[in-house]
Amino acid sequence: METTIAIVKTQPALSPWRLFWHRLRRRKIALTGGVTLIFLYAVAIFAGFIAPYRYDQISDNAFFHPPVWPRLQGFRLVVPRSEQMPGDFVYRQISNDTRPLHFFIRGGKYKLLGFIPCSLHLFGTGDDNYSVYLFGADQFGRDIFSRLLYGSQVSLSIGVVGILLSFSLGMIVGGISGYFSGWTDTVVMRFCELIMSIPALYLIISLRNVFPPGMSSSQVYAMIIVILSFIGWASMARVIRGMALSLREQPFILAARSLGQSHLKIICRHILPNTFSYVIVAATLSVPYYILGEVVLSFLGVGIQEPQASWGLMLNAAQNTEYMQRFPWLLAPGAAIFVTVLAFNFLGDGLRDAADTKSL
Amino acid sequence: MNLLEIKNLKMDFGTDADALRAVDGVSFNIGAGETVCLVGESGCGKTVTALSIARLVPTPPANYVGGEILLNGRDVLKMSSGELRSIRGGVVSYVFQEPGASLNPVFRIGNQIKESLKLHRPEKATNEEVIRLLKLVGIPAPESRIKNYPFEMSGGMQQRVMIAMALASEPKLLVADEPTTALDVTIQAQILELLSELKRRLGMAILLITHNLGIVGDMADRVAVMYAGQIVELSPAKELLRRPLHPYTKALMASVPKLHGTADRLSAIPGNVPRLGNFPPGCRFAPRCPIAKPECSDKLPELVEVEAGRFVRCPFWKSP
Repeated sequence: METTIAIVKTQPALSPWRLFWHRLRRRKIALTGGVTLIFLYAVAIFAGFIAPYRYDQISDNAFFHPPVWPRLQGFRLVVPRSEQMPGDFVYRQISNDTRPLHFFIRGGKYKLLGFIPCSLHLFGTGDDNYSVYLFGADQFGRDIFSRLLYGSQVSLSIGVVGILLSFSLGMIVGGISGYFSGWTDTVVMRFCELIMSIPALYLIISLRNVFPPGMSSSQVYAMIIVILSFIGWASMARVIRGMALSLREQPFILAARSLGQSHLKIICRHILPNTFSYVIVAATLSVPYYILGEVVLSFLGVGIQEPQASWGLMLNAAQNTEYMQRFPWLLAPGAAIFVTVLAFNFLGDGLRDAADTKSL
Repeated sequence: MNLLEIKNLKMDFGTDADALRAVDGVSFNIGAGETVCLVGESGCGKTVTALSIARLVPTPPANYVGGEILLNGRDVLKMSSGELRSIRGGVVSYVFQEPGASLNPVFRIGNQIKESLKLHRPEKATNEEVIRLLKLVGIPAPESRIKNYPFEMSGGMQQRVMIAMALASEPKLLVADEPTTALDVTIQAQILELLSELKRRLGMAILLITHNLGIVGDMADRVAVMYAGQIVELSPAKELLRRPLHPYTKALMASVPKLHGTADRLSAIPGNVPRLGNFPPGCRFAPRCPIAKPECSDKLPELVEVEAGRFVRCPFWKSP
């Protein structure tokens, strides 16, 4: 009698990353945050293209202009002309006099991705008398929507680059400190505590004063990142140090040593990768602080300078209570910051819950 | 010259007044291709002795206060860290008790075996060599297994992977610290058979640490029985099992449950193993020994060769 053995196709086991992804997918709020961030960063990358105007495009007869939205006329979108009325920054739209809104139109020059010269814009009218100010104009008649987009490049990238820098530093220092323990650990941890004990805001401002006042905008950008990273690495180092201390007692570390692995390789290959689940979550939840750090510096006037755009710098102009009342569109950067920070927090919470195997 | 010669090894935990002597004058040798079993209860110092061979015990809090460990004639206790790194894996490799915990959970096993290869035989750090090693340790379908994570494998498979990692560097001595304690009995038998076969094929010496006398019968050429940091009996395996000399060894063998014959109660050794620092005066087994005499607590007996190749630490070894 013949017996046949049925070969059952088995489900391949899920790797830790796939399992994590499955759990993350179930948390809708986190996904919303994630999608929002993808959208914001995509917009930031193509800011020059999406923005109808350059960030420094001044318009003498549009100071504090209210928002102008294209409207539907027949089947086309048109933009009306605006006229300045007598008095302080009062404007009137002339609905009969319109120009159509064009897509993929040539306009002011910019550099796509920072180095490709380009002048194609997503939308525009082509005529500066018919301005499409989606979020109004600021005190120099510059389109706030455009400046918001250019500013997002600065604010969003500072968050990410700052995190990469400070977390790399924190992981290395924490890993070394926790793995070797003893005197190394004591000295390093006391130094971290020293840095952490200084109130962040004062430290940021003092560090800013170390640098000369007249720096180019890219130098200022780099300086802000360096300052924020200098503050941020210490708390990450402490947590990684704690994790390294417990990880080094694990049998697989002894096994690695018994193979003759060197200390440095053990830290980099065995200890630090086992901290990644924490690091990813902590990074996501820390980015808002870096963004806000830059916002604070620029708001106080010691960060990004005019005519560059940054959300903090734009909010500086909105400080005046009279302006806030009369021209509320000046607060658009505040809304942008709010949405960004909220998105990072939602995503970070979701990541943390997905990584925590003890929760559902 | 033997592959491994441990001479009068003395090791403390802690320093000065708080020092607790974990290893007290341990001496034994392992020749090339020989299998020696180190037997004893938990806490007798066997693991620490074995880890000392590659100086893996971290030196604070441990403190080597005497003796030598000669590996191929060179004293491990005096080696620089560079030399130590080359003997670890290169001359002596370890297999630990809990295979699941001894593998890094975030890397695939193929990757981990390659790490071992990169350290000692970098020209052979290829997938083909990894597959050859996995076949050597008896893992079926190795080509697909190299992509597995440790948690995707059963305990027996994980232990085989550990053995493959240990063998990757072609060591002369394999130290297996209770390699089968965490596995069930059938897998235990397979792993032991694997070790025997590897010993035959590769001519490797093995130091097998265990508290299971059944394993000793299968695997060992010679046996060292440890109690409270000292060797109390050192003898060829067959002789020891046929005719143990030290009262402790006799009691250990008597306490193994027998499948045949009548039995009302399991025979156990009364009392507990003395804790570090609380050793009784004189012979350390005296408080629990069935044939203890008053003079046993006066002076610590020496390890003496009483028959050819058989050493006992008991003056009354002749008693039945």
